[in-house]
Amino acid sequence: MLELKNITFRVNDDGVERGIIHNLSLPIPNGKLVVITGPNGGGKSTLARLIAGIEKPAAGQILWNGTDITEWSVTDRAKAGIAFAFQQPVRFKGLQVFDLLRLASGKQLRMAEACEYLARVGLCARDYIDREVNASLSGGELKRIEIATVLARNAELTIFDEPEAGIDLWSFQNLIEVFREMRETVKDRSILIISHQERILNIADQLVVLKDGRLSASGAKDEILPELIGTASAVPDCRKNSQGKGGDAEC
Amino acid sequence: MLKLDEVQMRLLREVADLHKVPEGAYNIRSNSQSAGRNSTANIEITSKQDVSGLEIRIKPGTKHESVHIPVVMTESGLKETVYNDFYIGEDADVVIVAGCGIDNCGNQDSQHDGIHRFFVGKNAHIRYVEKHYGSGDGKGKRILNPVTEVYQEENSSVEMEMVQIKGVDDTNRTTLAELAAGAKLVVRERLMTHGKQNAISTYSVKLNGEGASADVVSRSVARDDSYQKFDAKLLGNAPCSGHTECDSIIMDHGRILAVPGLEANDVDAALVHEAAIGKIAGDQIIKLMTLGLTEQEAEEQIINGFLK
Repeated sequence: MLELKNITFRVNDDGVERGIIHNLSLPIPNGKLVVITGPNGGGKSTLARLIAGIEKPAAGQILWNGTDITEWSVTDRAKAGIAFAFQQPVRFKGLQVFDLLRLASGKQLRMAEACEYLARVGLCARDYIDREVNASLSGGELKRIEIATVLARNAELTIFDEPEAGIDLWSFQNLIEVFREMRETVKDRSILIISHQERILNIADQLVVLKDGRLSASGAKDEILPELIGTASAVPDCRKNSQGKGGDAEC
Repeated sequence: MLKLDEVQMRLLREVADLHKVPEGAYNIRSNSQSAGRNSTANIEITSKQDVSGLEIRIKPGTKHESVHIPVVMTESGLKETVYNDFYIGEDADVVIVAGCGIDNCGNQDSQHDGIHRFFVGKNAHIRYVEKHYGSGDGKGKRILNPVTEVYQEENSSVEMEMVQIKGVDDTNRTTLAELAAGAKLVVRERLMTHGKQNAISTYSVKLNGEGASADVVSRSVARDDSYQKFDAKLLGNAPCSGHTECDSIIMDHGRILAVPGLEANDVDAALVHEAAIGKIAGDQIIKLMTLGLTEQEAEEQIINGFLK
C-alpha cells in the first residue's frame, strides 16, 4: 500500500518559487484501481513523478508498505515494486522492443512471453519485436510499447500517466480492455491512472480530484463521478479521434 | 597446423568470432608469422614476394564462400605494415572477415598497419567485416592504422562493417573508394573510445559512374578523456546518390569532431550529410531506472544498444 503524507512540491521559475503540490495526503489502497483526475496544471503528472521518484518533494513523506521511501532513488522504488508508464514515451536509438521488454521483466524473457505482452496492447508481435524504439515508430505505436513494458514489469503498483495521450481511437478502446483485465487480476496490487477521460474514470474503484495542487475530492467512483461529468475532469470522449482519423490523432 | 596459445585464441574470438579453424579459405597471422593457411578451389591465398602481405584471388562466379584473415599480436614492441590485396572476380558473392587483436602486456608500443586493397569485379558482391580489439595491462600502446582502398567495377556492391569497441589506444583509419556506374557501397562503422584513446576515421568516396551510390554511417561513443574525429567526404562526379552520417554519444570529458564533406561535380549528384553529437538524454536513463536498472546499468544498456 502506498501512502502520501503532507506532500509539498515547488518549482523554481526564474528565481520565483511556485507551489505545485500543497500539503497533500492520500492513501492508495491495495486491490484497487484509482484514477486521479482534475483540470490541466492541477499537479496530477507531478504527483505521479513524485511517487516514481523522478521528482523529490520539498516536504512530506511517501510510505510504501509502511516503509518511508521519500529519499529512495527511482531504481530502488522500481525494485520495490513500483512501475511507471510515461506520458511521453522515450525513444532509444539501437535498443529494440524486445530489449525493453526483457529489461522490464527483469529476467531472461522468452520470445513467446514478449510477444504476449505486445499482443495485449494490440501490436502484431512479429512486426515489432525486432524494431528499434526510435523515431521510425509513430507516437501511438510508442505509447502501446510503453504500456507493454509496464505490463512486463508485473509490479505491485503500476502508475499510468495519461495513458490515452497520443493514441488513436482503436488503441484507446484496446487500452480500456487492458485496464479492465488488469483490474480483474489486481488482487493485492494497485493501479494508479492519471487521466481525465470519462471512460477511464468509469472503470475506477476510486476517484481522486486534484485541483491547483490540492485534494478537491476523493472517494468511491459512484459518489464522485456524477459531480465530474461535463467538467474538464471528465472529458466524455476522444473528440479528435471520433472523427475517425485513426493513426496518431491525439486524445 | 595451428599453434596458438590461450591469449591468441581469445583475440581470435574477439576479432573474428573464431572458436576453431574456420571453414573455407583462411590465413591466420600471429606475431608476424603465418600460423595457418588454407586455399580452396575458388579462393587462392598466396604470400606477396616484395612486401609483407597476401594476395587473395577469388574466381569469378564464386558464391557463398568465405575468407578469414585475422591478425593477432601478443609480443610487446612489434611493429608491422602488411599489404593485402583482394581480387574479387566478376559475379562472385563472398564474405571476407579480417580484424586485428593486440594484447600488449609490455612497455613497448605494438602496432599493426593493415593496407587492404579490394578490386571488385563487375556484378560482384562482398561483405567485409573488420573488428579491432586491444587488451593487456602494459604501458605500451596498442596502435592500429588501417588503410582500406576499394575499387568497384560496374554494378558491384560492397558492404563493410568496421567495429572497434575496446582497447585500441590509437587508430588512424583511412578508407578510400572509387565506384563505377551502378556500384553500391554501404559502410557501417561502430566505434567506442575510452581512457585517453585517439581515433581518427577518414573517408573519401568518389562516385564516378551513373547510378553509383554510397551510404557511410558511423555510430560512436567517446568516453573518459578520449578523442574522435570523423571526416567523411563524398565526391559526386556523375548522376549518383550519397549519404554520410555521424551519430555520436559523448560522455565524461570525451571530445568529438565531425567534419562533413560533400563535393558535387555533376548537376544530378544528390549528396546528403547528417551529424549529431550529444550526451545520453536524461529521460532515457530515467526510463530505464523505472525498470529497475541503476544509472550506470542504464547507461551501459543505452550504449550497447546504440553500438549494436
